Amino acid sequence: MSLKRKILELQKKREKVLQGGGEKAIEKQVAMGKMTARERIITLLDENSFHEYDLFVEHEARDFDMDKKTLHGDGVIIGTGTIYGAPICIYAQDFTVAGGSLGLMHARKITKIMDHAMKMRVPIIGINDSGGARIQEGVNSLAGYGEIFYRNTIASGVIPQISVILGPCAGGAVYSPALTDFVFVVDKISKMFITGPEVIKTVLGEEISMEDLGGARVHSEITGNAHFFAESEIECFDQIKKLITYIPWNNSQKALAFEPKAPKIDQYKIDEIVPGNPKEPYDVRDVVRALTDDSDFFEIHELWAANIVIGFGRLDGQTVGFVCNQPLVLAGVLDVDSSDKAGRFIRYCNAFQIPLVTLVDLPGYLPGVDQEHAGVIRHGAKILYAYSEATVPKITVILRKAYGGGYIAMNSRHLNADFVFAWPGAEIAVMGPEGAANIIFRKEIMEAEDPEKMRKQKVKEYKEKFANPYVAAAKGYVDSVIEPEETRKLLLHAIEVSKNKVDRKPIKKHGIPPF
Amino acid sequence: MATKKTEIKNATTPEKIEDAKSRMSTISTVHGDHYKTFLTEKYKNRPKWQKPNPKEFYSLIPGTVIKIYIEEGQKVKSGDLMMVLEAMKMKNKIYFSMDGVVKKIHIEENQKIPKGHLMIELK
Repeated sequence: MSLKRKILELQKKREKVLQGGGEKAIEKQVAMGKMTARERIITLLDENSFHEYDLFVEHEARDFDMDKKTLHGDGVIIGTGTIYGAPICIYAQDFTVAGGSLGLMHARKITKIMDHAMKMRVPIIGINDSGGARIQEGVNSLAGYGEIFYRNTIASGVIPQISVILGPCAGGAVYSPALTDFVFVVDKISKMFITGPEVIKTVLGEEISMEDLGGARVHSEITGNAHFFAESEIECFDQIKKLITYIPWNNSQKALAFEPKAPKIDQYKIDEIVPGNPKEPYDVRDVVRALTDDSDFFEIHELWAANIVIGFGRLDGQTVGFVCNQPLVLAGVLDVDSSDKAGRFIRYCNAFQIPLVTLVDLPGYLPGVDQEHAGVIRHGAKILYAYSEATVPKITVILRKAYGGGYIAMNSRHLNADFVFAWPGAEIAVMGPEGAANIIFRKEIMEAEDPEKMRKQKVKEYKEKFANPYVAAAKGYVDSVIEPEETRKLLLHAIEVSKNKVDRKPIKKHGIPPF
Repeated sequence: MATKKTEIKNATTPEKIEDAKSRMSTISTVHGDHYKTFLTEKYKNRPKWQKPNPKEFYSLIPGTVIKIYIEEGQKVKSGDLMMVLEAMKMKNKIYFSMDGVVKKIHIEENQKIPKGHLMIELK
């Protein structure tokens, strides 16, 4: 056979496999409002950058007549490509081939591309769209999952790991996304749960739809399992591409610097956003936008635990992680979910050399039996742990209130912050003036002729004396009391002079964070 | 749930915040300070705590009632067998943790019950 004929043979073989599960299955996929696995990869990556491997892999299952079945690519596509020039390893489960079910060779392909990503120290993106374990392959499919989870864990904090849920992801399969850094979901397409509606119906007799049990909204707003919510697959891919621009390729590099840009100061007037009265709400994201390059802020976990805001922005072209109390939602308190959310993000930034900027304005922790019984002590501790162990540049700006335990938790000097700035309206105190005056002057208030008048007077006295940044500044807990307008300049300076920061912690195998 | 996203998304810039205040609630935080703010759905739906009544027995796990060993009006002692509840592929024997007289049985044999379901009350 001449080489030409052999080339022809290859082309034919390729063509056949590239059909995936065939016309009918593809029609079904499209009818569900979903793109096919290959379309997804090609849409997400830079044009013509995708190269596929293991196209001709076949399963080895023999039981249950599996030996008579051909499953193209064994239901998963793996390969390499680029996003805005950044090298990417990627896999996408192909639902049109045996429902994207995971068998031994399917898992081997995934672990192969994961290992490759680790060797090359580049981000890995996994697109999940699978009915789950391939039952016919029995314990081999369980082995496959386990080998993926192990790699997810080992790669954690070394290379960025991104999970995209574009279909069902149920049972054990959900643990791979849960172990990765960022999970993307799309409305009405993503479905994640450990036990599905069928099992719940059999065991409990309760009927619940997949959407209500583990749809995109549920995971974006209630569970916090998903970090990014999109209305469509295209919007989701745009979010992933944007994320890639903010993060480094691996933990030994910094995120690529962009051309520095000034914030849009006409739109975001930094000295007009925060009201003087500490009880008045505002949107802290506007303060962030008043500080960042081009007023750009890429928010993570926007819909979950919205009382704390986390995300990336750039200062002088460099990626910075922002952690901010949000007075707009639940008065910006710390609670179980917000501590969980911020704690993990702080650790992410620390792992990938991203400096942290913390904007503080909070009344403290949220009181309530439900919070105490949900373990707010243990969860709240995560934020303290994460800040204390972080060795990246850590800069704090106290915008307004910083009371009690909340003040300590929000990257205070005492947790080894590098720079602590406070605006002139900052109130750094053990608690709010009303509460403090009621306790300290209890006797005077009770014994006064007009207790209410005395109470008001004492609150006023306390406010004047303690509800300011100068008591903390007098002890050096605040490095500098600054005008809001000076904030960006000081942040840029702080990051500039922190470039060679060395903060060596004692050598240990690892800490024991409260999770 | 959908309202939250729009609320939070729309409420930006000081003018819009003023506008949004009418839609906000007041929340009390430590030491009785009050703040005007949006509430999350999760916060609104948080479980309300109730003092547990030791004479009421609730299911700790969802499952199927296989057999009930007691009748209403019967005297029981701590350690007596109350019922068998099949859950998670296990036939779980449930015993009384206190003495008393059975006031009411709220379940039947073969009934599927969720977690936290009131099963038996003692007088």
